[in-house]
Amino acid sequence: MSGTDAISEYLIAACLLLVTVTATVAALTRDPMRQALVLAMLGLGLTLLFTVLQAPDVALSQLGVGTAVTPLLIMLTVRKVRRSAVQRRDGERQR
Amino acid sequence: MSRVLRVRLFWAAAAVFAVAFAAACTGLPRFGTLSHPYGARAIAAAFHQRTANTVSSVNFDQRAFDTLGEESILFAAVLGGLVLLRRARDERLGGVRRGRVLPATRLFGSVLLPITLLTGVYIVAHGQLSPGGGFQGGVILATGLHLAYVAADYGVLKAIRPLAVFDVADAVGAGAFVGLGLVGLAVGAAYLQNVLPLGTFGQLSSGGLVPVINAAVGLEVGSGVVVLLAGFLDQAVEINSPDEQDNRTGR
Repeated sequence: MSGTDAISEYLIAACLLLVTVTATVAALTRDPMRQALVLAMLGLGLTLLFTVLQAPDVALSQLGVGTAVTPLLIMLTVRKVRRSAVQRRDGERQR
Repeated sequence: MSRVLRVRLFWAAAAVFAVAFAAACTGLPRFGTLSHPYGARAIAAAFHQRTANTVSSVNFDQRAFDTLGEESILFAAVLGGLVLLRRARDERLGGVRRGRVLPATRLFGSVLLPITLLTGVYIVAHGQLSPGGGFQGGVILATGLHLAYVAADYGVLKAIRPLAVFDVADAVGAGAFVGLGLVGLAVGAAYLQNVLPLGTFGQLSSGGLVPVINAAVGLEVGSGVVVLLAGFLDQAVEINSPDEQDNRTGR
């Protein structure tokens, strides 16, 4: 095995480890707002993994959808739900 | 079904799955081997069609019909999302408070907005040559546009994002993909067959139908993500649900 092969295998192993760790953290995080951020980190880890596995097309899709759009949609949803919940609670307190 | 029974059922199913999955994995080819039967054939076909990016050749030429299905799924998903997020009869539009933006953030957004849009257009246009294409470029274009929200406020984003135009562009992009397939039928070939002149390998105009479909997909994905994010943003920022209004009038 040549030197570059060994380096790329170490890179793949490191990226796999990063993805495993961030995915586990994402599953264990209970607060949806934080979960969205961890999900973005997971998306970044997957992007790195796809890049070292020589799949740049998939890496680009993952970067756009997994790191930007999905966490953004989750955060907007959480904001909407929390806004309703907070105002409902305030309203009940006033009545 | 009691809780104990459910948990037991889960563990039984998980054990069966674990054994079957482990057995199936032993039959997989080894990780990172040199022999790729499908890859070799796809690359040969891509060379024959003078498309430098084999992935784009597979997506938009060799298996364009599969991609049409995927794009239709995306189109239907955006449509479904918009139907759910539309302003209901009992929801009212509230005023949007103007946010305070740090000067550094404003500068960051103003500089990066044009660069991001240019990158998006580049990635859509070079899909047949280098990694990327309509889907990736479309997502970059759509998210790049939202730098206006980060750097300024919701009013500025709404001003540079005429939703009526993007609604139509989404449908036109999806329709153009379906329509481009008919070109093949018109000249007596198969649906979505790459019948356009293939050009010179490695040139921007190479690949025949591939860059044209890429452009249609870029239009559809970019507009689709913009209108979907607009639906979510409206709900999160602007639209007040009935319970929020009760409270507002109570104040």
